[in-house]
Amino acid sequence: MIPFEMQILVAAILFTIGLIGLLTRRNLIFMLMSVEIMMNAGAFAFVAAGARWIQPDGQVMFLFVLTVAAAEVAIALALLILMHKLFKSVDTNQLNSLKN
Amino acid sequence: MNVLFIVSSVVAVIASAMAITRRNAVHALLFLIVSLMGVSMMMYTIGAPYAAVLEIIVYAGAIMMLFVFTVMMLNLSVSPEDEKRQTGFKTWIFPMVLGAILLGVMFLSFLSNPSWSGLQQTISPKQVGTLMFSRYLLPVQIAGVLLLAAIVGAYYLGRTRKRNLHRYLQNTEEE
Repeated sequence: MIPFEMQILVAAILFTIGLIGLLTRRNLIFMLMSVEIMMNAGAFAFVAAGARWIQPDGQVMFLFVLTVAAAEVAIALALLILMHKLFKSVDTNQLNSLKN
Repeated sequence: MNVLFIVSSVVAVIASAMAITRRNAVHALLFLIVSLMGVSMMMYTIGAPYAAVLEIIVYAGAIMMLFVFTVMMLNLSVSPEDEKRQTGFKTWIFPMVLGAILLGVMFLSFLSNPSWSGLQQTISPKQVGTLMFSRYLLPVQIAGVLLLAAIVGAYYLGRTRKRNLHRYLQNTEEE
């Protein structure tokens, strides 16, 4: 048996790594990857809770997280391509003006 | 006893930390794929094989491929030495080592008896599917609508905008 606290601790560490990446990087690709790490950590917490109480609900929630992640990545990568087309860069510091 | 979980979680944490600190996007993507595989092994060792398989197929297989294709399409590194650095030996050896550790963990968990590998009571895919299409039927349909909206949104954002000009203006534009 793996202690439940340890599983939640690993999920929290992964989430923190993703949050640090999201806050420190200014490249849009890296920010998206950090969001992926955070979503993954949250999904793992769902699965760990499902395994703790031996209920399949956790894995159903994991499926919904997977769906949301797929939709988010599709939209975000389209926005990334649009930004690269308009600004010729993926640095979010260049997005500080409303017009021109 | 729960050594397999600890090894795969350490691999996942190291790979995630490496992924957010790389300068090159392709290197970071390699580490991110290893991190997802590590989380998948963690799910397997806590007794959720269906979630582990879906993590590999959907996350590491489909979503990361989308990332790799986009990064390759944007072609952020234009100089030849950058491209050489992207595919060099030093680039892929560390993710390969981490992935080999995960492969060893998987073989150990297959070979050893369940008590040593820390496999607790597993939840079968059948249970998950039955629950998903009985109590969670409405959320599943909403998720389908969400995916449809994502397809339409991605198409709208990614299409090439054609400039519609009058015939007269088209001729003057050329000058």
